[in-house]
Amino acid sequence: MTTHFIAHDAADTVGVVVVEQVKAGQEATGWIMETDETVTIKALVEVPLGHKLALADIKNEDTIIKYGNDIGRAVSDIPKGGYVHVHNVKTKRW
Amino acid sequence: MENWQQSFFGFRRENGRVGVRNHVLILPVDDISNAAVEMVGHNIKGTLAIPHSYGRLQFGADLELFFHTIIGTGRNPNVAAVVVIGIEPGWTQRVVDGISQTGKPVSGFSIEGEGDLATVAKASRKAQEYVQWATELQREECPLSDLWISVKCGESDTTSGLGSNPAVGNLMDKLDPLGVHLCFGETSELTGAEQICANRSSTPEAKEKFLNTWNAYNDFILENKTSDLSESQPTKGNIAGGLTTIEEKAFGNLQKIGKTTNFIDVLEPAEEPTKGPGLYFMDTSSAAAECVTLQAAAGFTVHLFPTGQGNVIGNPIEPVIKLTANPNTAATMSEHIDLDVSGILKREMNLDQAGSELVNITVRTANGRHTCAESLGHREFVLTKLFRSA
Repeated sequence: MTTHFIAHDAADTVGVVVVEQVKAGQEATGWIMETDETVTIKALVEVPLGHKLALADIKNEDTIIKYGNDIGRAVSDIPKGGYVHVHNVKTKRW
Repeated sequence: MENWQQSFFGFRRENGRVGVRNHVLILPVDDISNAAVEMVGHNIKGTLAIPHSYGRLQFGADLELFFHTIIGTGRNPNVAAVVVIGIEPGWTQRVVDGISQTGKPVSGFSIEGEGDLATVAKASRKAQEYVQWATELQREECPLSDLWISVKCGESDTTSGLGSNPAVGNLMDKLDPLGVHLCFGETSELTGAEQICANRSSTPEAKEKFLNTWNAYNDFILENKTSDLSESQPTKGNIAGGLTTIEEKAFGNLQKIGKTTNFIDVLEPAEEPTKGPGLYFMDTSSAAAECVTLQAAAGFTVHLFPTGQGNVIGNPIEPVIKLTANPNTAATMSEHIDLDVSGILKREMNLDQAGSELVNITVRTANGRHTCAESLGHREFVLTKLFRSA
């Protein structure tokens, strides 16, 4: 079975697409590395290789979790299956 | 028996260190000696001229770092012998003296009062003598503990954090117990993961030293920034590859030190480690060529460089081995990639296998195999400048 995306940690709210792309409406299969679990998410939009899918509904100002850690904050609401990148996430540091 | 090679063939130098290359270096003290250095490099085949942009009117900590870097480059065991050329005799001799402590052959020449041509004639004769001597040196079998390995990633993307950086980390976890010297850097690129990195220190002193170093760098960025650094940190390439924030990049970066390896000390830029085998953190910029130049100047002899989007960097004296977990980069930039670990993403290869393959390509490189960067002529020698010259 093809793995379409990978999440590092069970707590992660984003997963990384590891195939050329995940298409809008596609039921994408994901692997949680830490727990070796398989999950599925319906992608709402196309997400290219290396880019991130939301694994949960994320609200504006929520902390984004990857590697089980804080990697920044949402600057708009992001639905589960949505595309997570520089347009809706910013650093908390600089 | 482990599934990786246990020894390599290197050049044992006068001070006991082992080199994996056998360069006769033509080293300028300053920018205005580059022309003479390049003439010697052209005259005598088998030499390596490494021009650079600095060495005049620097002062204070910036001047000290300059000398550490230039002298350290000459001291590196990948260098068999050195011809130093500077505009005047004082600083030229300072560089010669620093290198000669290793016991290797080194001679200095200065241009003032002689001109380029007479200087080049004398320096070329010495360079020829050194090449003919160095080319008779033989490699001998050495334990892996004679390897000094530095790491730095570049043009990272999310595949770096998933595959190529953890593969480097797996190599560290395999080689740290064998007594290999290891080094990571990139102070600014640990931002967001600095507390977790600090906890990977083996002593409270190392932890405090790391946090002081990171805080000083972060204060410098906060003082000078005019934006959130997006497109600089993360770079445009990082963002194209799916990385979103410095924090995300930092956690990916930190995968390079593995799961069980802790750092034993914090080094100044270009500082030679003195606490014996183990992992060292060095305070460096995250710009690839600057970082590798500093690590080579500290005496590291093989470099591992995981990339996502395809950074093409090399170094004149320290072979740079590139690996990627990005299948597109492995396919479209294959002439730059020494090891393809994209199988990790397809779950066709696990980290243990990737780490063993990386040890093997490291040993093959140490034995003499040219890296992609060496065969393509990448010799990025970039000095870190701390502030303006006087």
